Amino acid sequence: MSAILPPYRSNLPAGRDDFGQLLHAEWTKLHTVRGWMIALVVAGLLVVAMAYLATFHHQNYVQASPSSPVVAAHPLVPMGPSGEAVTDTFYFVHQPLQGNGSITVRLSSLTGLIAQSSGSGSPGHGNSQSSASQSQASPGLALWAKAGLIVKDGTRQGAPYAALMITGAHGVRLQYDYTHDIAGPPVAVSAASPRWLRLSRSGDLLSGAESADGVHWTTVGSVRLAGLPGTVQAGLFVTSPPLASAHAFTSPTATSATAVFDQVSLAGHWPQGAWNGLAVGAGTLTPTLGSSGFRQSGGAFTVTGSGDIAPAVGDVGYTPEQSLQGVFVGLLVVIVLGARFMTAEYRRGLIRTTLTASPRRGRVLAAKALVLGAAAFAVGLIAAAISLPLGDRLLRVTGNYLYPVSALTETRVILGTAALFALAAVLALALGTILRRGAGVVAAGVVLFVLPSVLGAAYLPTSAEQWLLRLTPAAGYAIQQSLARYPQVSYAYTPANGYFPLAPWAGFAVLCAYVALALGVAALLLRRRDA
Amino acid sequence: MRPALHAEWTKLRTVAAQIWLLLAAVVLTVALSAFAAASARYAEAGPGLDLTRLSLTGIDLGQAVVAVLAVLAVSDEYSSGTIRATLTALPQRSTVLAAKAIVVGAVVLVAGAIAVLGCLLAGRLILPAGGFTAAHGYQLLSLAGGPTLRASVGSAFYLALIALLSLGVATAVRSSAAAIGVALGLLYLFPLATALVPSSHWQRHLEQIAPMTAGLAIQATVNLRGQPIGPWAGLGVLAAWAAAALLVGGLVLRLRDA
Repeated sequence: MSAILPPYRSNLPAGRDDFGQLLHAEWTKLHTVRGWMIALVVAGLLVVAMAYLATFHHQNYVQASPSSPVVAAHPLVPMGPSGEAVTDTFYFVHQPLQGNGSITVRLSSLTGLIAQSSGSGSPGHGNSQSSASQSQASPGLALWAKAGLIVKDGTRQGAPYAALMITGAHGVRLQYDYTHDIAGPPVAVSAASPRWLRLSRSGDLLSGAESADGVHWTTVGSVRLAGLPGTVQAGLFVTSPPLASAHAFTSPTATSATAVFDQVSLAGHWPQGAWNGLAVGAGTLTPTLGSSGFRQSGGAFTVTGSGDIAPAVGDVGYTPEQSLQGVFVGLLVVIVLGARFMTAEYRRGLIRTTLTASPRRGRVLAAKALVLGAAAFAVGLIAAAISLPLGDRLLRVTGNYLYPVSALTETRVILGTAALFALAAVLALALGTILRRGAGVVAAGVVLFVLPSVLGAAYLPTSAEQWLLRLTPAAGYAIQQSLARYPQVSYAYTPANGYFPLAPWAGFAVLCAYVALALGVAALLLRRRDA
Repeated sequence: MRPALHAEWTKLRTVAAQIWLLLAAVVLTVALSAFAAASARYAEAGPGLDLTRLSLTGIDLGQAVVAVLAVLAVSDEYSSGTIRATLTALPQRSTVLAAKAIVVGAVVLVAGAIAVLGCLLAGRLILPAGGFTAAHGYQLLSLAGGPTLRASVGSAFYLALIALLSLGVATAVRSSAAAIGVALGLLYLFPLATALVPSSHWQRHLEQIAPMTAGLAIQATVNLRGQPIGPWAGLGVLAAWAAAALLVGGLVLRLRDA
């Protein structure tokens, strides 16, 4: 009889296998390879250097005087009531209105002119001041040509206003304070079917109503303009925005509109009793066509105007993300690093040690992703936090105009850039786990993150570029967009002009989905395959 | 030289990954070209669009795959240790590199020619649907047109030169990830960084020396005067880059232990 020996058990306590230890191990692997730490620093430096390159010595609109090199507010771009850049160029037939009152008018015609072949302007900023002569124009009405009634806090550009109007193709609209737009009935105006408009003021409240016959009225909307003074300028206005060009390097085509108003009736106290004509914003950056003005014969007013009353879009100024154009260079370095962080384990056989020490493979991948992502995030954060104010300052010093951006948006741009770094690195890590080949991973990462921009700059049609920026991880760049899109302003909202096809968070979500998918596949393959 | 060529040919043709990469290069090139052709509209573009260049857009993507292929042809030898067997069998290191360059270059040239033909065929079939018809002053893409023939032949050579450039970089750098990073950085980041330079004068000069923008000038068939550099001169610039990379790679190969 031989006794069965109990199996050997070590007296030493089992080592802890907690996640913190795993993180510490991965962090040690990352920060003890000198080349990798240098790569991280270089990635950040490259972004800052590119920010300097992208913003340094840009041509300015106005020569800043030597005594005051820093231009606080651009003199040519008016600011709206809430501090946003606006376009405020129109023909205004006005007189003062004291206290409450209303103005009613019949609009019997709205026609327009479109400049013929504005030609291709020189690319770049600040070339949009053009005033084509009327002889080069052909008949045609801009879709967002506007004619109607307006109540405005004085005739200064950027002053608060409310306007009731008929547009070229978007029906009756009640717009106020540049960014707000209320849609009315989708009607057009002609001699056969004139349209009646009424705009009334009662304290801070402005109400617009429209009618087909001057008898039966429909309310379009009521808006509150807080702080409107007792005396305002009120009257008729006409304007017509430039047509957006599809290509970045052609300047927009100027248009003008002419409206015929009659049966003007006023209620309330209008002390002046006579109409004044004023081309608001003449000679500013907005491209206008021909000469605007008004003619009064009997009770009829023929008013011609050109320009727009709307939030400013396009190349009036620079955006904060202008200084982040070099981010892709940093991303390239981070992608190489992310790929190496995983493939180096396979190349050296270290992966077998790693997985022996921590057999739960999913946790190893998670720890690697966390450590690498955090390091890349920190580098991106520092680089963006330096680049943005640096670019801002360099552009302002040379007298350029920068779009005003809220602190919240600026934070989103900076944190979003940092997140781009983290996600690019983690995507490369996941691809490295899947492919195990450094070359393939880096090529895939570069193609996914950089190629859409290269193709956009090269020869791809805009629509194809927009699809690439919806479907590839490059959609994530949208998180850097600080400009807002306005449906009531027609403009070439293309990537070349700073507008991504997806909203910032939607684009970011596309990138996150890619990273999540890649990490999922990587975790699965890491478990299934032998190391 | 012949045994060296034979050895390299055997290595290239018996590695499954290389065959797949060649196939991927052709398929991705044609696919992106077809996508670009399908999304172009006459109403948007108007007259004067360079249809040949548009149809060859896929080369922009295909070159990345070709670069991977060329990098792996060298880096895999280092990561697996085959390089020591190779250099023991053929101690003349410059011969090894020359044989590699000839074999990889030739294979990529053939694949590139197939890809270019696919691109042109896609453009010929797809573009008329977008309104690029004779009625609007556009001719069907055809190799009979002199500039189109030059652009097509040149594009195949462009891919071969990209392969040689990447081969040289990989021989100098050895690590596949770093090599592909350098090669694609040279190709893609150069033009993007160029766009940031404020002075158009310097932009033009940078475009003349950047391997991708200069090399792709071979694809232009419209408005040749507006190009930063002439077609063949541009391809020459790329050839100079490739020669420089091979030279550096050859020196490193001779001077460093494998």
